[in-house]
Amino acid sequence: MAKSDRIFGLVVLVVALAYIASATQIESSFLSDPVGPRTFPIGIGLVAAVSAVFMIVRPDEDPNWPPLRIFGVLAIAALVLIVYALMLKPLGFLLPTAISAAILSYQLSDRPGPAALAGIGLSIGLFLIFKYALGLGLVAFPKGLF
Amino acid sequence: MEILSNLALGFSVAFSPTTLMLAIIGCFLGTIIGALPGLGPSNGVAILIPITFTLGLDATSALVLMTSVYYGAMYGGRISSILLNIPGDEPALMTTLDGYPMAKAGKAGDALVLSGVASFAGAFLATIGLILLAPMLARVAYLFGPAEYFALYLLAFCTLGGMASNNQAKSAIAACIGLGIAMIGVDNSSGMPRLTYGNLHLIDGIDFLVASVGLFAIAEVFFFIESQGKETSIGVKLEKVTIPWKDIIATKWTMLRCSVIGFVAGVLPGAGASLGSFMAYMMEKSFAGEKSGFGTGVPKGVAAPEAGNNAAAGGALVPMLTLGVPGSGTTAVLLALLMTLNITPGPTLFTDRPEVVWGLIASLLIANFVLLLMNVPMVKIFVRVLQVPAWVLLPGVTMISFVGIYSLSGSYFDLLLMVAFGALGYFLRKLDVPTVPVIMGILLGGHMEDALRRAMVLSDGDAMYLFSTPIAIGLWVAAILGFIAPMFLRGILKKPQAVTD
Repeated sequence: MAKSDRIFGLVVLVVALAYIASATQIESSFLSDPVGPRTFPIGIGLVAAVSAVFMIVRPDEDPNWPPLRIFGVLAIAALVLIVYALMLKPLGFLLPTAISAAILSYQLSDRPGPAALAGIGLSIGLFLIFKYALGLGLVAFPKGLF
Repeated sequence: MEILSNLALGFSVAFSPTTLMLAIIGCFLGTIIGALPGLGPSNGVAILIPITFTLGLDATSALVLMTSVYYGAMYGGRISSILLNIPGDEPALMTTLDGYPMAKAGKAGDALVLSGVASFAGAFLATIGLILLAPMLARVAYLFGPAEYFALYLLAFCTLGGMASNNQAKSAIAACIGLGIAMIGVDNSSGMPRLTYGNLHLIDGIDFLVASVGLFAIAEVFFFIESQGKETSIGVKLEKVTIPWKDIIATKWTMLRCSVIGFVAGVLPGAGASLGSFMAYMMEKSFAGEKSGFGTGVPKGVAAPEAGNNAAAGGALVPMLTLGVPGSGTTAVLLALLMTLNITPGPTLFTDRPEVVWGLIASLLIANFVLLLMNVPMVKIFVRVLQVPAWVLLPGVTMISFVGIYSLSGSYFDLLLMVAFGALGYFLRKLDVPTVPVIMGILLGGHMEDALRRAMVLSDGDAMYLFSTPIAIGLWVAAILGFIAPMFLRGILKKPQAVTD
């Protein structure tokens, strides 16, 4: 049973129809041309919808999905990246980078010691390279701490 | 003789100390990026571009730096293919077929040097081809109106879908995802926001670089975490490196033939380096016959795909510079670099900004010699790079991607989008949906729609205008053939599977 492609095809179909629906709501302005701002997005949605139906009708073999445990690991990695994205500005570069890099490193090596060292090393090393060799305006610590 | 005076102009730019230094730095970084398992030209260039912007380089310097990285990564890709059996990027897959068996047979040094020379032959001949073909194509490109451009963009998506994927429906969906994302933001013609759902962050649209770093680099990180970094142990020991003159001389015609075919594959919009190395390898295999031992570690099998993919890398620059249509994922990212630097690729680039084009071409010629030196006598240095463990490398790549995108806009929203694109890229690649059409769609969507709308303004809404000139009709026919033909050829041209231990 090839389920993955059918599910993906269904998701694409729903998104494509929603996309077409939103595209019909696009407002035109007084500067109009024969095509208008709606035609092209609607066309894209139609092509995607037709292709999605093809995928549902003729799915490929399922890919090798990783076991559930690995999905958990991946979800943690994604969560770490999301938190990192949110913390980079308020907490400065060094601390969030060291923590996120260490967690990612631990996920790859399963050894806490080297992972912590990798996190701290990457954080300081990259900061020095970016700040002083490349001249990017990075903030090291949270504002007001020093 | 026009070419010679143009080249003289180019070399006067390329031999300035800064440009020369940037070319060398680019070659070095590129070779390292190519050599690292899992990193290839497309994600390497994508990660480095935001940083290039923040350095504030001028157009020529930035372009020279990034194309040197591009060429370098194409050269370096063979190192992890041969020693680890892990292609850094799809085009390098073909090199694993004979390179890894050759390395296991104790001839790793020979395979590295031979493939380095083959890379040089391919890249050098392709750069010559670029010098000869690009100005000619630029002249033809003057005849292109909006109708022709619309058909050309369509051709790029169709050939890309036909060649790069095993399933037409999936590549069509990929292109639609990209084009659909490109529509978000303010509409160029009417000035009204579209599909932003009232979100202020979306008014400017979704930055192409955010999407490409997410799809290329962050998705790669997820893949590594899934495999738990298992694949990075060094497989083959490299002993002494000597120059295998006998093999090099024996493969000289192979290199020449494969360079030509690779270049042609590269010039086709959308086809790119994967097709170049694939066609080169398959051609040599069928020339050599059944008993030649292709796939068991023969020198020709190493030389052919390397000459082919490096030639295709050069060839892919031709449509990018003359028409503004990239021939591969990496050239799509380079095209984004050009556009962000306020340079409009296309025929006018050759007349308005000759110093950019010819400076770039001259730098590429120089870069080739630098790369030959780095990749033959100094190859051992780059082999060391393979010993960097994945648990240092991957977090490093992630943090560099974050800093690059963050320094571009300073917005957490872009970082979140990048992570989202990373997750999207992971699922798409798992489902065998190609990600390059997504990238191309985001980059070209706005231009494609503009071309269509301008064509319709010119014709006052008559759709037949799209098929009104021989060039346009030819492009439409090529587009349809490029999309449909691979469905029938798939049975005949089966992609060989990677060697397994």
